[in-house]
Amino acid sequence: MNLADTALLRASRWRWWEVLLWLAALAAPWLLPSHALIVNEIAILALFAISLDLILGYSGIVSLGHAAFFGMGAYSAALFAKLVMPDPLLGLAVGIVSATLLGAVCSVTVLRGTDLTRLMVTLGVALILMELANKLDWLTGGADGLQGVVMGPLLGRFEFDLGGQTAAAYSLGVLLVLFVLLRRMVSSPFGATLKAIRDNRLRAMAIGIPVGRRLAVAYTVAAGMAGAAGALLAQTTGFASLDVFEFHRSADVMLVLVIGGVGWLYGGVAGALVFKLMQDTLSSITPQYWTFWIGLFLVVLVLVGRERLVRPWTWFRGGTHGGKS
Amino acid sequence: MTSPQATAVLSAQALEMRFGGIVATNQVTLNLQPGARHALIGPNGAGKTTLINLLTGVLQPTQGRITLLGEDITQLAPHQRVNRGLVRTFQINQLFDSMTPLETLAMVVSQRQGLGGKWWQALGARSELNRRCEQLLEQFHLSSVMAQPTRVLAYGKRRLLEIAIALACEPRVLLLDEPVAGVPAGEREELLQTVAALPADVSVLLIEHDMDLVFSFATRMTVLVNGTVLTEGDPDSIASDSRVKAVYLGDVDVLAPGVSAQAMREAAQHG
Repeated sequence: MNLADTALLRASRWRWWEVLLWLAALAAPWLLPSHALIVNEIAILALFAISLDLILGYSGIVSLGHAAFFGMGAYSAALFAKLVMPDPLLGLAVGIVSATLLGAVCSVTVLRGTDLTRLMVTLGVALILMELANKLDWLTGGADGLQGVVMGPLLGRFEFDLGGQTAAAYSLGVLLVLFVLLRRMVSSPFGATLKAIRDNRLRAMAIGIPVGRRLAVAYTVAAGMAGAAGALLAQTTGFASLDVFEFHRSADVMLVLVIGGVGWLYGGVAGALVFKLMQDTLSSITPQYWTFWIGLFLVVLVLVGRERLVRPWTWFRGGTHGGKS
Repeated sequence: MTSPQATAVLSAQALEMRFGGIVATNQVTLNLQPGARHALIGPNGAGKTTLINLLTGVLQPTQGRITLLGEDITQLAPHQRVNRGLVRTFQINQLFDSMTPLETLAMVVSQRQGLGGKWWQALGARSELNRRCEQLLEQFHLSSVMAQPTRVLAYGKRRLLEIAIALACEPRVLLLDEPVAGVPAGEREELLQTVAALPADVSVLLIEHDMDLVFSFATRMTVLVNGTVLTEGDPDSIASDSRVKAVYLGDVDVLAPGVSAQAMREAAQHG
């Protein structure tokens, strides 16, 4: 093997700790059966976060309306289960397809303008969809949400139990499959051209990359993945409400990436884990004021820097020389 | 007798660009012959950047047409022109800071091979493309820094990478926009060598203020003044053209009256 080959392929090769991590994650519903519900939530949030990372971290598109696709996936999967048939995998596919189509349509709105326009446009799209779900109450149940979504057994065999073990295993399985696909994508020539567009759009154009088309594809794929996350939520909770389109979802998932780090797929996973555990722990200690502590944590994280925060041994070293992390 | 336009690889015919009432490019005709070493010179504000933007498709001309290898490309988008072999470098480095030179070149070479949309294969999975990257890294003295993020590279190395990226696009026509601008003296020689060693079959249009480089490199020159072609010819005729001295060379005091291009070139080589 040659030097350049090795250096290039290093990024795409699976490392031992990744395999261990995924084995541990997949075993979690059985190792921690009493925590299956939160495992499920973490898996869904992680999937939502890595889908945002594809456009935010890898392509440089800022979005404050990623919940639009999450909600689209949630409502489509819930409606499919209610009106057509209760099979979870088919419902998941319906959620992904509908969110992908919506993403393809919306992708034209993020190709032009500055970051600020993109923030506003993505935010606007999510608000429009939320209002649509609210107004079309004959279909969606309006503000009451879509109730009575009953799921059939997974693969025709595994019933969704109250403890959430099946749900957690299902969400983790879907997360793993989509993670593997996304991981391939970001370490491919396609992924490299996305990073090139993120780093320098002018030059990306000047080396022949069809910038608009690439960004549209990335945005559409990310939308589909967010749709999968939404579908999982609706299916595993048996419920879809306007909450799936809410602004706080788009904001939370961005916080997750800020916590875990952008442009690195495990950032979304780690961020989801930290965010959910913190939310869970804090809200059991102070049910009313937990957002205060999350806020404080974020301020500290951003001011101190993630690198330094996870390496406490560097805190007291070379402070006067502006110590590097 | 064939016209220069018929044999040209890149040809701009009667290009005109108006910004409101201002004519930035006025009836510019420029023919770049196969394997040319053609320099485009002119004082600041002569419209060199506008002309580059017109040729590469960043701007649409208000009149005139551009052909590349006999094909009309006036209406094509920038990336389509690149895919047909018209590539430029930038006066101010335009690099991909988070990527290493190796990743950058692998990405560019893959894109050039039409693999830029492929997502199931890893970047670097094709060893023949990796060999091409190694060759480019070698040629541009970047092998020693190939695995470092571009943002930490020294300015001279960044400048080399700037040109290496363009060459990785396999240009038929290369527009070099002030390749040695801002390069410190110590790193200059390395850069001049690589510019001199560009493949002979690539036609080069050099936009440059550095007269040493212009006279040592170019075999043909076009002088642009106020958006209009003042004159075109070989270096000797340009150096002895009194109008050129008056409007341009006299200005920057590079050529004293009576100094021939030959003397200029010798000075460039020894200096």
